[in-house]
Amino acid sequence: MSPKTLYDKIWDAHVAHEAEDGTCLLYIDRHLVHEVTSPQAFEGLRMARRKVRAPEKTIAVPDHNVPTTAGREDPKNMTEDSAIQVAALDKNAKDFGIHYYPVSDVRQGIVHIVGPEQGWTLPGMTVVCGDSHTATHGAFGALAHGIGTSEVEHVLATQTLIQKKSKNMKVEITGKLRPGVTAKDITLSVIGETGTAGGTGYVIEYCGEAIRDLSMEGRMTVCNMAIEGGARAGLIAPDEKTFEYVKGRPHAPKGAQFEAALAWWKTLFSDDDAHWDKVITIKGEDIAPVVTWGTSPEDVLPITANVPSADDFEGGKVGAAQRSLDYMGLTPGTPLSDIEIDTVFIGSCTNGRIEDLRAAAEILKGKKIKVKRAMVVPGSGLVRAQAEEEGLADIFKEAGFEWRLAGCSMCLAMNPDQLAEDERCASTSNRNFEGRQGYKGRTHLVSPGMAAAAAITGKLTDVRELM
Amino acid sequence: MDKFETLTGIAAPMPLVNIDTDMIIPKQFLKTIKRSGLGANLFDEMRFDRQGNEIPEFVLNQDAYREAQILVAGDNFGCGSSREHAPWAIKDFGIRCVISTSFADIFYNNCFKNGILPIALPQEAVDVLMKDAEKGANARMTVDLENQTVTTSDGESFSFEVDAFKKHCLLEGLDDIGLTMEKAGSIDTFEAQAAQARPWV
Repeated sequence: MSPKTLYDKIWDAHVAHEAEDGTCLLYIDRHLVHEVTSPQAFEGLRMARRKVRAPEKTIAVPDHNVPTTAGREDPKNMTEDSAIQVAALDKNAKDFGIHYYPVSDVRQGIVHIVGPEQGWTLPGMTVVCGDSHTATHGAFGALAHGIGTSEVEHVLATQTLIQKKSKNMKVEITGKLRPGVTAKDITLSVIGETGTAGGTGYVIEYCGEAIRDLSMEGRMTVCNMAIEGGARAGLIAPDEKTFEYVKGRPHAPKGAQFEAALAWWKTLFSDDDAHWDKVITIKGEDIAPVVTWGTSPEDVLPITANVPSADDFEGGKVGAAQRSLDYMGLTPGTPLSDIEIDTVFIGSCTNGRIEDLRAAAEILKGKKIKVKRAMVVPGSGLVRAQAEEEGLADIFKEAGFEWRLAGCSMCLAMNPDQLAEDERCASTSNRNFEGRQGYKGRTHLVSPGMAAAAAITGKLTDVRELM
Repeated sequence: MDKFETLTGIAAPMPLVNIDTDMIIPKQFLKTIKRSGLGANLFDEMRFDRQGNEIPEFVLNQDAYREAQILVAGDNFGCGSSREHAPWAIKDFGIRCVISTSFADIFYNNCFKNGILPIALPQEAVDVLMKDAEKGANARMTVDLENQTVTTSDGESFSFEVDAFKKHCLLEGLDDIGLTMEKAGSIDTFEAQAAQARPWV
């Protein structure tokens, strides 16, 4: 048998039909659904009198547009449009018989945090969701990617997607990371290297010692932002850490079934001489704590650098860089660590897990914030409960952070958690696009530790100085 | 789905790289549970000030481009979120074709599901088309999907690549789900085999 990559293996195990031109029907093992990109898909099903083909493989949770403040179980405490979208999801979940975690359920949270937490996400699966950060689930060695609403409807109706195979890219992070450098710095640094279109047409497999050393939480952070590099999906081969994480989760296999699954999961790695269409290697020791200065996730620099000038770039990026600098209100040559911050946001499917909250709390312990406002939005109700149990919530509250309920919140700012005009935010989320966190809001993407450091000093800060 | 065969129309130039889906349709317009009516808010934050007045410099607010049916844009168009509201807004505005050097993957796929043709061409070709688009309303570009060509108002023609299956669906206006349902037998067979091989799924 010819050598295969991990992507090849998962792909081959899920092709339900292949046409002569290579167009395939890829079978989908898990379909995650949220309130914003699904209503039109369910409406389409109803109009065509179609059913959900595999409701037992379909899981819904409201996250994008829900309030993160107390009392949200009562729709009266939601904005009218949120209440309509949440009510639509309630009804669709009930009518079509799919698994559902309503806002009143402690297990509710960001769909990409709930899936792994509940054991829905398992190695070797195909996972899709109408959200680009579905790549997160690749941390388990699952082929996971975002889809549009028409494809959501297609998966609901047929449990398959029409696909052609992507190319294989290997991103290797060798050696050890330096202190203060995290999974977020890895993933941002890779995008800084490849650009936001560098991964277009590829599925990335992340490997190397620095990736192996990451916890499952860290691996999810890395894969989460594969899409920001343009890749359809990011993958990490499952190992003992993965199996340990999965074992005992509510929807993970048990007993003999677990053993059978484990036997297959252990075959899920790229063969030694597998073919790669593109290979990128970065030394772990070369990665620094980074921040973004512009309005594209590729605008990445070490915290020790200065704001660049548009002249530092070439081609179409010259104009884009100037536009970013104007939008961000930054002067070339300014040390990044001189940039004053108004707001700190800790949360999102990128960095809303327990390890992220621990990392931030470690920096914040016994300190007070200097920024105008700071909020923590745990990725799920269970993460929130665990953080309270571990005393992290008290550290955040005593430092001056708001301690919110789970949801996507200010990552995409659909709900009332938004930046005001020109408000500058150090954010653990994934996108620094114009207007992303609020009209004319300014976003600097950072790791949880760096966000906590900025909260304490009121400026973008090298977290290593506070460690 | 609407068919796409040929299109002759005004092309609007947007020579900006990394135009993301948040620019195409900001999140406040994702609160709808419908697909229609989003054209009014296409490029909302670039097109209107906070009072809702048009920003005159923005290309689609210029008289020459109000009726644009084609968009010529910088690299990596449609990057960011999976929101299909982006192609819905583009289509609802009246644009049926977007030309760039490259597209983000999810956006690219979403276009085909909505009767929009995204065309990727080399930089040199996009540069020529951008110049042609800058001529305004008197210059009309022609897109021919059957023959896979884009032709400038001066008659200069460029060939483009498109996946044969996607082309077929767009030319015929075919519904993907209907096509897949015809292969239900293959899905049933696969599902039965997979249930044996991986019963824990």
